[in-house]
Amino acid sequence: MLKILKYSFYDLMRSRWSYVYFLFYLALGFVLLFLNHDLSKAVITLMNVIIILVPLISTIFGVMYFYNSKEFTELLLAQPLKRSSIFLGQYFGVAGSLTLSLVLGLGVPFMLYGLFRSDVIWDFSLLLVTGAFLTMIFTVLAFNIALANENKIKGFGYSVLMWLFLAVIYDGLFLLSLIIFEEYPLDSFSLAATTFNPIDLSRTLILLKLDISALLGYTGAVFKSYFGTDLGLFLSLGMLVLWTVLPIWLLTYKSKRKDF
Amino acid sequence: MLLLTGTFLWGKTISVCSDCAVRFIKEGVEMAADFDTLLIKKGTYKEYNILIDKPLTLLGENYPVIDGGEKGEIIRIVSDHVTVDGLFLINVGTSYTTDYAAIRVVKSENFLIRNVVLEKLFFGIYLEKSNNGRVYHNKIIGDAKDEYNSGNGIQLWYSHNVVVDRNIVQGVRDGIYLEFSDHITINNNQSTNNLRYGLHFMFSNDDTYTNNTFQNNGAGVAVMFSKRIVMKGNTFRQNWGSAAFGMLLKEINDAEIIDNTFEENTIGINIEGSNRITYKGNDFINNGWAVKVLGACYSNSFEKNNFLYNSFDISYNSKLNDNKFENNYWSGYTGYDLDKDGIGDVPYRPVKLFSYIVNRTPETIVLLRSLFMDIIDFSEKVSPVFTPDNLMDAMPLMKKTE
Amino acid sequence: MIQIENLHKKFGKNQVLSHLDLQIDEGGIFAVLGPNGSGKTTLIKSILGMVVPNKGNLKVLGTSIRKKWKYRQEIDYLPQIANFPGNLKVKELVRMIKDLRQKPSKEEELIKRFGLEPYLDKKLATLSGGTKQKVNIVLTFMFDSPLIILDEPTTGLDPASLLKLKELIMQEKDKGKTILITTHIMQFVEEMADEIVYLLEGNIYFKGTIHELMAKTGQNDFEHAIAAISTHTTDA
Repeated sequence: MLKILKYSFYDLMRSRWSYVYFLFYLALGFVLLFLNHDLSKAVITLMNVIIILVPLISTIFGVMYFYNSKEFTELLLAQPLKRSSIFLGQYFGVAGSLTLSLVLGLGVPFMLYGLFRSDVIWDFSLLLVTGAFLTMIFTVLAFNIALANENKIKGFGYSVLMWLFLAVIYDGLFLLSLIIFEEYPLDSFSLAATTFNPIDLSRTLILLKLDISALLGYTGAVFKSYFGTDLGLFLSLGMLVLWTVLPIWLLTYKSKRKDF
Repeated sequence: MLLLTGTFLWGKTISVCSDCAVRFIKEGVEMAADFDTLLIKKGTYKEYNILIDKPLTLLGENYPVIDGGEKGEIIRIVSDHVTVDGLFLINVGTSYTTDYAAIRVVKSENFLIRNVVLEKLFFGIYLEKSNNGRVYHNKIIGDAKDEYNSGNGIQLWYSHNVVVDRNIVQGVRDGIYLEFSDHITINNNQSTNNLRYGLHFMFSNDDTYTNNTFQNNGAGVAVMFSKRIVMKGNTFRQNWGSAAFGMLLKEINDAEIIDNTFEENTIGINIEGSNRITYKGNDFINNGWAVKVLGACYSNSFEKNNFLYNSFDISYNSKLNDNKFENNYWSGYTGYDLDKDGIGDVPYRPVKLFSYIVNRTPETIVLLRSLFMDIIDFSEKVSPVFTPDNLMDAMPLMKKTE
Repeated sequence: MIQIENLHKKFGKNQVLSHLDLQIDEGGIFAVLGPNGSGKTTLIKSILGMVVPNKGNLKVLGTSIRKKWKYRQEIDYLPQIANFPGNLKVKELVRMIKDLRQKPSKEEELIKRFGLEPYLDKKLATLSGGTKQKVNIVLTFMFDSPLIILDEPTTGLDPASLLKLKELIMQEKDKGKTILITTHIMQFVEEMADEIVYLLEGNIYFKGTIHELMAKTGQNDFEHAIAAISTHTTDA
């Protein structure tokens, strides 16, 4: 698997798109800092950007890479290699290079602006961890969709739909159900609902850092123990890990049963 | 010792200690003539209900301990011109019927209570119908657990023209409590970790408090049914919880709230039925709600404040607005300043639709910062339906005010 | 070398292989023939483990290949359409495949034989179809494996290269290797193949030498014999 990872990674490092992605984050970081001169404000804007854009870019990039490397995959399939290592290798190659672009692209401008001497370093690290998770999750979801669909157009369509659903529609339905059932105790439901969507999970992690004052304003005891202690942090992180591991498992499971 | 003889030169000094001629404070008070000084030396005195009924100075040397043994009040002052200085009072009695205090001043004038340390108390310093005094540089450390069987750190009841300065109050019910007390000055105090309020006004007018710090209280400061209060340069921090706010204003008129800092509170200022209040030069940083307006509030003005990174800047529960927002800095402002006059060219609307939704269904708070919410808020911004359409800062600042 | 028993494969509703039994002994060149859609590629991909059969037993070199992958170390496979990752250079691709297989290889001799030296530093995306096919051939033959599977090996080759390919195949055969070839070029089959496996509607319709085939169909020309099988079946 490591060999495949290595070759996928090299292949990507040489492709134009990794640079585009890297430069995009680099530019975003610099522009935010240049416009604001304020690390805290830049971090907040960045957080809003990250929970939406990172999933979108990872999804599109994942699908694109999967279809574009079809030949590579077929070449590898005839070699004495385990199927799971072929797909996992490619997946980690893509996810790794995307994560690297994100971390470097954002890290460099913030470091130049004196991140290490500022107290937002923890917020920023959380941001990068969340971004890395979202990259891993949405790349593997995209891989799964691409694996299930021979038709490129369909695969692209479904992936973008998935992103749209998780980024926007899910929250709309979530809000609607909260308002419809507002007479009932909803705190457990609302916390559970956030864990079924990786974007919401990441958002919760960010809320824990940025909006803890507002979150503690709600009276429910479940809320209090969730947001008031480290429970929320650990649970959210744990669920993010599950969100990463389960689709990866699904990818290996499906890839073993697929005909090429 | 030499220093304080300066106050009342004509008095003599009586020493109290375990191997002095006078071994108890009560004994000393009895012996003393008006304007004498009782010099209480280091040691532990198991006494309570000490009645000071003549102008005296009680001066502790190296913090002598007066242990009330949880039997009741420790010192009661019923005379004018009494000074209590440098004592360590512990174990005040707790009662559900009588408000026992470590030091109670009753119907007396010109008192001075300073450098006193209070621990294991019920009520700390209780001023009752006593005017023109000072409570200076005391330290009150309570260990209150429940509101119903705990008392307040410094309480003023029908007392006027008192200065409360440089005290540290923590772990009691209300740090400082004022009821029917006018013309009080409260400066440089630190009121922290109290069960209910750091500072609490009821029916008290023309009071001023400046440069105090209120941190991690049930709620920072509650100002209720009072007029013409000036609040300046105070810091309200980390007052977290479901009914927690930096400052609660209820039925307050004609107050000035200037140059305060509200940081990391669930609600920075909670306003109910308060009119003609000036908010100027305050910093609202990282609060859940910087300002929450409930009910009818008229003719308030918010000018030159900094609203920085609050989850919600302003929240209203009605569609009416009669308050003015002008020249504030809003970190959420995304407009531009083409003519470079330092004032944004498009108005800022500080009330988000989402804050209405959260008011209605509190659980929706978990959807904060969701893209869906941003889209809804944006459409509301473009054409206000639920939020007051005249509620905006037409001249938002591009840079923070200093 | 290869034993196949009762192999079934369905793609959706389309039954591609059914009840397929096939035995291929060690040594010699076997041509897998059949009309379009008869399941040739599916059969080959099943042997390679790229297609997972619905039913049946498949043995390569005496052991079942179910859920195995290491046996592919003993197979050299030339895929039908030479698709390679376009970002790689020829040299890198060769190095990568060597790295992946970790076996002794003779790529230099092959590169020389097919005159690929000028292309070594070119990216694969820039190569012509014929050159790609030559690269494909180098990658296939550079290892010394007992089983060689060639899917349309002649595609895009110029006559000179075709000749070289034939030589190469004969050399490998002489080493006692088993070689499986699918192709549409009957002349190539006639020239090279020791035995023919004719697939029809997902089953083995005929297996034997060219002479046996001609005897069976009563034709004395190979191409006609093949044509006769097809028409014979459509008649039937």
